[in-house]
Amino acid sequence: MNLQNFSEKISKKEISIPEHTRSILKEVKMLNERYSYFLNISEDLALDQAKNAKGKLAGLPISVKDCLCVKGVESTSGSRVLKSYKPLFTATSVQRLVNEGAIIIGKTNQDEFGFGSFNINVGLGNPIPKNPFDEERVTGGSSGGGAGFAQKTTHAHIAVVESTGGSIVAPASFCGVYGLCPTYGAVSRYGLMDYANSLDKIGLIGKDCASLKKVFDVMKGHDPKDCTSISFDESSSEIKKVGLIKESLNVDPLVKEMFLRKLESLGYEVKEVSMPLTMKHGIGVYYIIAMAEASTNLAKYCGIRYGLQEELDDNFNAYFSRVRDDGFGKEAKRRILIGTFVRMAGYRDQYYLKAMKVRTLIIDEYKRLFKKFDVLVSPTMPLLPPKFSEVESLTPLQNYMIDQLTVGPNLAGLPHLNIPAGFVKNLPVGLLAIADHFNEAKLFNFDR
Amino acid sequence: MDKFHQKPYYFVNIPKLMEINKDLIKNVARNARLGINEDEAEEFVPQFKEVLELFKKLEVVDTDNIEPSFHPVVIKNVLREDTEEKCLSQDDALKNSVHKKEGFFVGPKVSL
Repeated sequence: MNLQNFSEKISKKEISIPEHTRSILKEVKMLNERYSYFLNISEDLALDQAKNAKGKLAGLPISVKDCLCVKGVESTSGSRVLKSYKPLFTATSVQRLVNEGAIIIGKTNQDEFGFGSFNINVGLGNPIPKNPFDEERVTGGSSGGGAGFAQKTTHAHIAVVESTGGSIVAPASFCGVYGLCPTYGAVSRYGLMDYANSLDKIGLIGKDCASLKKVFDVMKGHDPKDCTSISFDESSSEIKKVGLIKESLNVDPLVKEMFLRKLESLGYEVKEVSMPLTMKHGIGVYYIIAMAEASTNLAKYCGIRYGLQEELDDNFNAYFSRVRDDGFGKEAKRRILIGTFVRMAGYRDQYYLKAMKVRTLIIDEYKRLFKKFDVLVSPTMPLLPPKFSEVESLTPLQNYMIDQLTVGPNLAGLPHLNIPAGFVKNLPVGLLAIADHFNEAKLFNFDR
Repeated sequence: MDKFHQKPYYFVNIPKLMEINKDLIKNVARNARLGINEDEAEEFVPQFKEVLELFKKLEVVDTDNIEPSFHPVVIKNVLREDTEEKCLSQDDALKNSVHKKEGFFVGPKVSL
């Protein structure tokens, strides 16, 4: 049920908020046994919020990605290193929705700290979520729990999620739902467990665009607690010209065919455009920046103030090293190591600074195209959701290459939306629509 | 002393042109205060090489006179009035820790 119908039924008292909340909690528990979409179900909080929910989103159940803080609810960013951490405050993005009557039903599964494209890099001891269309396949990541549940639920629901390099649109594509990653700074990051500060964006996943827009309107705008957050006026939603990124068509032919069919059905004036720099070097630039920033962000997890804590029987170097060894999974370790390496003296200029400069050129490449086009499109993912057995044997680099089509807009901080394009072999294909900074209105209007 | 060796003390053990091997990985892990075992160090060697090869490909991009973008959009410096605001109480700040005593965090000993 979309949000508008839901809100109407609430106001006509055809739906009782407490009953609806109990009903979705029951569904969450049932689905979780099979699909592992939630790491923590906040039943007590939800039932409490349901008693007195008022506002624009009254009674709307929201799931919250585990990397976003919710006061009093264990929040771990999917990592053992944060086990038992109960935040003392709620992330601004989530609090704004709660202030308008939204109900938090739980914390959703993700790759540890967002480090993955398939949601198989879960933290130590955590279950791997399963694709809603085929349990032998991945949900996509890192927001796999939110996307999978958004597809499976029969209730009104919106998932609050986060993207650094594609973590919203990738699972949205593999799970056949809409996923919005807004402009960098459009939504406050206060209360987000940072992955890479210059890349992280909080967004939404759901079954229809109008609901996403309504929730986004409540969530966006400047927050004094995040100095990078910005208030902005809604742009025009008019779409005259669409650019098709030609390098993005080098994908699974079945994906390509379904993507082109969907694009054609929308009836826009489409022209092929070329983005040679972004498509060739986006992945390299992205992983240097993301890993460098991640390795500094993860330095704070050391087993003293919160999260995993052990016996203090060593000196501080030995204690920190041990807690971090016990708390981080393999991909987190890999990213800490590579990220630390590229920031080391003698290498910083060669890797990190170089990547920041190429990023400037990538932003320019987009900006030039947005002078002529309102929206740029490509497939979201280069393949159909793969089987667990197929991704197991990939090397880390092969894993990273999967993000080929999503890192560009993330590096440039551009708003982008996954639009379900259709099914091939009963598996969903996604269309990625990208707009200029603060032009979310065009994206909401794109799938007509 | 060349330019490289004037860098802070904790980097001096990194040679200038470095081979990616187990010792390097262990050295980086020490810098990152991250315990790893021999098997992990071994496993990370080829993965490090493969990823760094990708990173090196950026060398061909001409970035002369290009400014780095530390953020994707222009970020302005934001200041606020220098007035007292509410913050966490001492009790709340200590709530998530088991390592505490008399209102303070307790840490591991600092002597090596």
